[in-house]
This record gives sequence, structure tokens and C-alpha cells, in this order.
Amino acid sequence: MASEIKHLEMTLETIVESVNLAEEMCLRVAEAAGFGEDDCYRIGMSVREGVINAFHYGNQERPEKKIYLAVDLTADKMIIHVLDEGVGFKLADVPDPLAEENLLSTSGRGIFLMRAFMDEFDVVPGRTGGAEIVMSKKLPDPGSASPNGQGGQNAAPQQGA
Amino acid sequence: MSLQATHRDAGKVTVVDLSGRITLGDGSALLRKTIRGLLEDQRKLILLNLADVDYIDSSGIGELVSGFTAVKNQSGDLKLLHLTKKVRDLLQITKLYTVFDVFTDESTALGSFN
Repeated sequence: MASEIKHLEMTLETIVESVNLAEEMCLRVAEAAGFGEDDCYRIGMSVREGVINAFHYGNQERPEKKIYLAVDLTADKMIIHVLDEGVGFKLADVPDPLAEENLLSTSGRGIFLMRAFMDEFDVVPGRTGGAEIVMSKKLPDPGSASPNGQGGQNAAPQQGA
Repeated sequence: MSLQATHRDAGKVTVVDLSGRITLGDGSALLRKTIRGLLEDQRKLILLNLADVDYIDSSGIGELVSGFTAVKNQSGDLKLLHLTKKVRDLLQITKLYTVFDVFTDESTALGSFN
């Protein structure tokens, strides 16, 4: 089924509704690609957090700016790109939400969750000048996929974001 | 599913029964409005029943923390009841499980507000 879908992209408005729209679209792709329930949850959450990041931090909630979402299905993984029209940022500058002094912060956990839930995660300079989040999840082994996606225990906390 | 919130009094404690998703937008806004409303009514001992909340994003987590801090700042207390597995896992990986008092039994939770 995964071979039927190679590349999808959509341009999103900088509005709250885009977060749900992006999540739903990527969940459909993930389900079609054979991911189990748990991995779909992790992928959906990561897309959600990526678009929230673009909406709030990248585009500063300015409606004239756009968010670009792209999904690639390769032979072995699902790759998601979220690009904003902000000024970009460096991962090294993102505070660690697990640090004692940040535990009661009301924001700043989105990057951490994406890093925890996906197999690969990076932020690179985008063609718009903004930040481009690139993250991927390895496709389930057709022989070992389970309804609950128990093969992907990738939610271990990572330091640094 | 959008968030729904109702609250009931259990002695000096207010139990807030939540169902749906606590996410960016209406869900987070409703949680904020509910907690702030209770504080305005001098209801400062709050137990959030999350039994029917199956999804929280970073915005929802932020709102939980914001509510917790607002209640604490008024010398009150905010505790959590009946976490679903996904919500519990999320609080664990963000280390917030150690910040909140979390209960699996309502009567025990109510008795802890002293």
C-alpha cells in the first residue's frame, strides 16, 4: 500500500485549524503505510507539534504567512517536512524542558515531543528563510507489524530540547 | 472530539470532569476558563478528572501547568485523577508526573486535600 503514495504536499494557512488538518492528513498517510495505532499516535502528535511550532513561533500567528507541509514515503520510512516563513532558529538555542528550572514552563515542549516520538528529527534552514522541521519514522516491518504498533518504543526522553 | 468540562462539589473540593482532547485552541481555552472561573469563585481545591481525556498536546500540557501554577499562587491545590495511558506516558516523559499529585481513586484523591 505504501508504494501507492510517494509524495504529498499542502500549503496551510497560519490558523489554528491548520494544526488539526495537518494531523489528520498525516494520520491517513501513516495508516495507509501500515503503521500501528501507537506509531500513528506518535506521528500525528509530532505533525501537530511541528505545525504548532510553525504557527506560533515561526509565523508568529500572522495570517499572511504560510505553512508548508510535505510527506514523503520512501521504501523504508515516512518523512515529514514542516516549513514556516519565520526567521528560523537553532536547535541548540531551544531550552531543555526537562531542566528543573523549566519544568513549570507553560511552553517549550513541542520540539522535545517530536524528538521523542520520531526516529529522526532535525531543523534546517528552509527555502523561505524560515525553519524547516524534517522528521521521519521507519516503516513497520510487514512481518512484524501489530495493531498496537508495539515495535516502536521510541518515546524515551532525549536531552537537549 | 472537542473538550467538555463539567464540575461538581465534593465538600471543599471541586471535581472537574473533563472529556475529549486538550489541545491548541478551544480545548486549552476551555480548561483555562474553567480553572480561572473556579478561582474567581474562591474554589481553590481542584481535582481534574481526566478519565475521558485521551489526548493532550504541548499546548494542553502548558495549560495544565498554567492552571497548576495559578491555583498554587492562590494557596490552593490542583491534583489529577484517572489518567489514561497516553496522558500518563506524556506526563512521565515530560517529567511532570513528579510535579502533579496523581490519583487512581477519587475518594483517596479527595481525602488528600488537607
